[in-house]
Parts: sequence; C-alpha cells; structure tokens
Amino acid sequence: MKKFLAMILALAMVFALCACGNSAAPAESAAPAEESAAPVEESAAPAEESAASDIKVGFIFLHDENSTYDLNFINGAKEACAALGLSEDQFIFRTNIPEGQECYDAAAELADAGCSIVFADSFGHEDYMIQAAKEFPEVQFCHATGTKAHTEGLDNFHNAFASIYEGRFLAGIAAGLKLNEMIENGEFTADEAKIGYVGAFTYAEVVSGYTSFFLGARSVCPTATMEVTFTGSWYDETAEKEGANKLIANGCKLISQHADSMGAPTACETAGVPNVSYNGSTVAACPNTFIVSSRINWAPYFEYIVNCVLNGEQIAADWTGTVETGSVVLTEVNEQAAAAGTVEAIEEAKAALADGSLKVFDITTFTVGGAALDSYMADVDTDPAYTGDTEVVADGYFHESEFRSAPYFDVQIDGITLLDQAF
Amino acid sequence: MNKQNQGPLVHIVKRGALPWYCAWGIRAAAIVLALLACALVTTLLTGEDPIQIYATMIKGAFGTTRKVWILFQNIAILLCVSLAVTPAFKMRFWNIGGEGQVLIGGLATAACMICLGDKLPNWLLICTMVAASIAAGAIWAVIPAIFKAKWNTNETLFTLMMNYVATQLVAFFVILWEVPKGAGKIGIINQSTEAGWLPQIGDYKYLLNILIVAALTILMYVYLNYSKHGYEIAVVGESERTARYVGIKVEKVIIRTMLLSGAVCGIAGLLLVGGTDHTITTTIANGRGFTAVMVSWLAKFNPIFMIFTSFLLVFLDRGASEISTVFGLNQSFADILTGIILFFIIGCEFFISYKISFRKSARKEGKANV
Repeated sequence: MKKFLAMILALAMVFALCACGNSAAPAESAAPAEESAAPVEESAAPAEESAASDIKVGFIFLHDENSTYDLNFINGAKEACAALGLSEDQFIFRTNIPEGQECYDAAAELADAGCSIVFADSFGHEDYMIQAAKEFPEVQFCHATGTKAHTEGLDNFHNAFASIYEGRFLAGIAAGLKLNEMIENGEFTADEAKIGYVGAFTYAEVVSGYTSFFLGARSVCPTATMEVTFTGSWYDETAEKEGANKLIANGCKLISQHADSMGAPTACETAGVPNVSYNGSTVAACPNTFIVSSRINWAPYFEYIVNCVLNGEQIAADWTGTVETGSVVLTEVNEQAAAAGTVEAIEEAKAALADGSLKVFDITTFTVGGAALDSYMADVDTDPAYTGDTEVVADGYFHESEFRSAPYFDVQIDGITLLDQAF
Repeated sequence: MNKQNQGPLVHIVKRGALPWYCAWGIRAAAIVLALLACALVTTLLTGEDPIQIYATMIKGAFGTTRKVWILFQNIAILLCVSLAVTPAFKMRFWNIGGEGQVLIGGLATAACMICLGDKLPNWLLICTMVAASIAAGAIWAVIPAIFKAKWNTNETLFTLMMNYVATQLVAFFVILWEVPKGAGKIGIINQSTEAGWLPQIGDYKYLLNILIVAALTILMYVYLNYSKHGYEIAVVGESERTARYVGIKVEKVIIRTMLLSGAVCGIAGLLLVGGTDHTITTTIANGRGFTAVMVSWLAKFNPIFMIFTSFLLVFLDRGASEISTVFGLNQSFADILTGIILFFIIGCEFFISYKISFRKSARKEGKANV
C-alpha cells in the first residue's frame, strides 16, 4: 500500500515537473513575440494585403454573453471579424473581466500575446486601459463609453460611443404614436399619457437617453409626461422589475428602460403595458408588449479601428458612430404591439435627422425650469468636482456627443419627474 | 455461504495518525482521480481533448512571466486574507466576516487617498493609510468579538451581517466620490499624481505585496506555534472550560485574537486598494473572505500549508479563466471543473481520518483465489 502511494506521489511530482518544463518554453518565447509585434505594425502601411493576416485583436468584456450589454459587443466583434476575414486565432475574447486591476492584467496579457489592438467594453475599464496604454505605446487601446481620451493626450488610447440619443429619439416616436393610439381608443385621456423609465444611474448617458426618448415621444404626443426611477446598478433584474412595477402602479402607460436585464420588459409583459426596449429585441420574451428597441451596433467601429491599424492611420481619439455609419440601429418594429404607421414615422424622422433639418436637442422643444436653455457649460473634461468646462449650446440646439464621444447631456428638463435621485 | 455470522460488508473505522507521506499520498491520489473525472466530464460535455484542457490550464497560470506574477499576486492576497481568519478559526470563532473586514480596510485606505491625497507628503500619507486600514479592519472584527465575549452572541451570523454593512458603506461612498457624476465608479484614485500608491520595487508591480504577505506568513506561523498567545488560542479552541480552568481569560483572548484577525484583513484591503487596484468597489474583495475559509481549513490552520492551498485555488481559478478564453467555453464550465477538483480534495480528507474496512472473510477468500 505504502509503495503504491509512494509511486503515485512520485508520478504526480514527475507530472508537475513536466508541467513546469512545458511552461518554461512559452514563457521564454513570449518575449521575442512581443518584439516582433512592433515591426509587423510598421510594415502594415506598405504591405496592406499581407498585414491583414498578421493583425491580432484582443477584446475585454465585463461579463459574458449572458448579459445583453456584453452580448451586443460580442456580436459586433464577431460580425466585424467575419467581415474583415480575420481567422479564429486573430482575435481573442476575454470575458468576465472586472473593472479593477484584472482589466489592466488582461490588457497587458493581450498585448503580450501579440495583439496590436486591445478593446474594452465597460466604463470602469477606462483607467486601467490608460495604465496599460502608457506601458505599451506600440499597441492601440480602444475603449467604449469612456470620457478621458481627449484629455489624456495618449496617441494610443481612444474612446468610442455612438449618437444613441438619435436612436432613442426615433424609438420615442414609436412610443408617442402608441400613446396616441391608446388615447384614441379611449383607454385614458390625453392628460394621463405618462411614460415610465427605469434608469440605472443618474449618469449623463442615462439622462441623455431618457431625455431624447421623451423628446421623441413628445414630438408626436404633445401631452406626454415622464417619470424616471433609478436602480443603482447596470444589471439588477429584481430592482428593474420592481422599478417597472412601481411606475406601472403610478399610472405610467408605457415603459422604457436603460439597464441591461430583462427585468423591465418581463414586468411589462406580465402587466400588459407596452415597452420600448434597449440593447436588442425582446420580442421573443414579450410578444404582446415589445414595440421596438434601439441599440448600438459596434461592428462598424471594430472594422474602423482594424482598418486604421492596417493602413497605418491614426485612430480618432473620440469616435462617434451615427445612423449613417450604421452604428445606431433600431430593431424591427413589432407590428403586433406598435401603432399603425410607426415604421413610416420613424423613417421620416430618420431622414430629417440625416439631412440636419431635425435636431434631437433643439432648444425650442424643451425648457429647463420654465426657461429655454440658451447656454450650458457641460462637464466634458472629466474631473472630480464635475466642473462645467465647455459651452455646448449653439445654433439653437444642444451639441451632444460632438466634443467627446460619450454623452454629456445631464440637464433635467421640464415634463420629466425623477422619483428618486439616490444614485 | 454462511451469511448469518457475518458483519456488514463495509464498515468505517477511525484511523490513528497517518504518517505524513501516506496522508499526502492519499491527497495526490485524490488529485489524480479528480483530473480523471474532469477529463471524463470534459470529453462528454464538450468533446474537447482533456489533456489539452489541462495543458491550457497550466499555460494560463504559468504561460508568461506576467502570468506568473499575476498568479503570485493573487496567491498573496488570498493568503493574506486566509492568514487573517486563521487565528480566529483556531480559536473556534467562526469569523466569516473576512470579506467585510477587507472591504472596510480598503475603504479606509481609499478615504485617505481621496481626502488627504493633496494635503500630506506621500510618506506621511502612506503611514496614515496603513494605520487607518489596520484600525478599520480591527474595529470591524472586534465588534462581533465584544458581543461574543460579553453576551455570547452568535459570531457566525454577526460577522456575516457585518459584511453586508461594509458592502453598503462602500456603495455609499462610491456614490459620494464617483467620477464623473452619476457614473457609480471612482476610477483609479490619483492616477496622475500617484499619491498614496504603495511604492513599486523596481519594475515589479506586485513584488511588494508578495513580500509583505510572505513576511506575514512567517510571523503568523511563529505567533500561532511558538508564542504564549498562540498557545492560549489553541487551548480556547480545544475547550473553553479547560482554558478557564487553567486561568486563561477567555473573553480577553477572543477580543485580542479578533483584533489581530481584523487588522490583517485591513492590511489585505490596504494592499488591494493602495498596492494594486488603486480604487474601491463593492466587489474588490472578490469573495476572498469566503475562499479564505476553505484555504485555512484545507491547510488545517497551518500558515505554511496555506501557501499550497491558496496556490491550488488560485491556480484553478487562473487556469479556468484561460480555458474559457482559449476554448470559447463559458466560464461556468471552468467552474464545474474547479468544483469537481475541490470535491475530491475535500473528500479525500475523509479517507485520511477514516479507513474503510471490508468484511474479513471476504478478504481472505479474495486472497485465497489469487
């Protein structure tokens, strides 16, 4: 018995030794790989064709495909990699990377693995990406939803977002038409047309989102008002469900949300209240109440950054996707729940946005504290005191996402009531 | 056969103390069996080659110099929390509040960095951070200890509750200090000035943390095994009445030990916030307060063995994340493998304490046949 155990122990030790031996080799070979990454990039400009097969892209995701937010990025990344003809070993997905030192570690490991572009998808990743960007000047670090690229002054750190407020505005039109239809059907009076909105935090991205959604709805249903509640989390199914139920109990006739779980849509389906969704279609789970959803398609951005690196061009410090770039998209309208003529109305508004005759934050369409918003200093350059530093109202409208890609519209306009502001 | 005069086919007997090599042999066998079980599950569920999966796990932990550093950094932090809870466990005081004590230590560190970052010279700031984090962790741990000592409250529930209070406190301050407004994130504190960042030794980001924890490990080993305090802890743990009988002030020992336990947790918070992450979030402890319970128990409260058990757990975790990356498998699959391996390792402790005896006659017959 003892001999047998001793043998097993010896075997285990041999295994362990083999393991160490094996691992030593890649550790040494990693260094040359890193060095060789730089020449690849330099040679990218003259020899475009061959470079496409050398490029490697690393993606860092906060969660995995179970989160609608990350799923949207993962799908975009897959779509872009397929469109660019990248092979399996030319992109690496790192999922479930928290917003802490782990993000820096993951970014550095991806750079070690020979990636010439590293992308991260969550707001809290930003500072750690900057840290990695300082250390690997030859690697391009791209970050969605961040705010610091334009002030950080690094050549290899870039922010991206999309003018999702335009998508929200278009979705708002669908919501307004639905309210009109319900008023016409005598379900409630015009004065009772109240929208409910479940937000995550009182963050500019959320404020910009619900305001543009509300302005879209009010552009077709002038008596509309809105109530907003916040959950204090980007993903909290229970809190989002409770938030939606609270709004419905308060007399809201239509719900939309800016949070990443199915909480609000399912609450709407149960209560039979129409819902305008975000991040993707929820029609499968909510066939009777889902109207339409706006989302950001990240594939155009991914294609853009890969092409920049292939062609040896500088990636923009702030890149804002629009309806034209195909970054801001609406899902198919669910005819079963939507009002008649929704598709046509959306198309019409989309055309007007494209030719510039329609502005989402047109200062004649909303008031703040009873007065028009003639001037506003937004906190574009992020600082701990939230100092307003840039005049963003000009030519009769609020210039959203023009001075940096991430939204900075954080004004509380009349007609929208915040039920709580704890977060 | 003559069934009437036979005992049960199998019965379980408590073993005497096994020689160390036997005990470790059983553990090694358990790991081999666990790997076989994992291989089976892997092939059945995913169709991937199990050998490749194991190779990937090893590569995930040791593949590059950076990965090795990250591995040791993670071991250091987990070991630090495990060291912290160990004296309490040895005293049979179920401190499952490590999570909260780390968080509150981290919160104190972050508070110093944010509020005093531009007011104090760096060396003084770091001294303040050290003092604040140790004090915060110690206070968080001593509250349940005082209640236990004075009124014999249930320390398991109490320390658990303190975790939630700490998490909510951190959540509150995150909203207070968030940048930009409404983001719900603090971001890296003093990224430009690096005020309050623990110094970096040479090019090695994580070396300081590793050295500090190595020193703590030795100190804790000496404290538990060769000091009067350590002896008192052991006696209180074995039997409170004996302790009272020989004149040990049990209340005093409980409070003193929990102060120590919390203080070391505070240091873990300091290393996380001041040393590596430079931010505070509600999830910064990442469940280590609970994982530490397993590290400590698997190592039988021996700080030196805890190096190996924390290595094992961190290795599994790092390997698991590499598997999900390389094979495109869901993280949950890697967790299944970790679960299987831990099941075998914990299960094998049973075979170290007990042996299974088969019916004697059956054995004799067996031998006769051979």
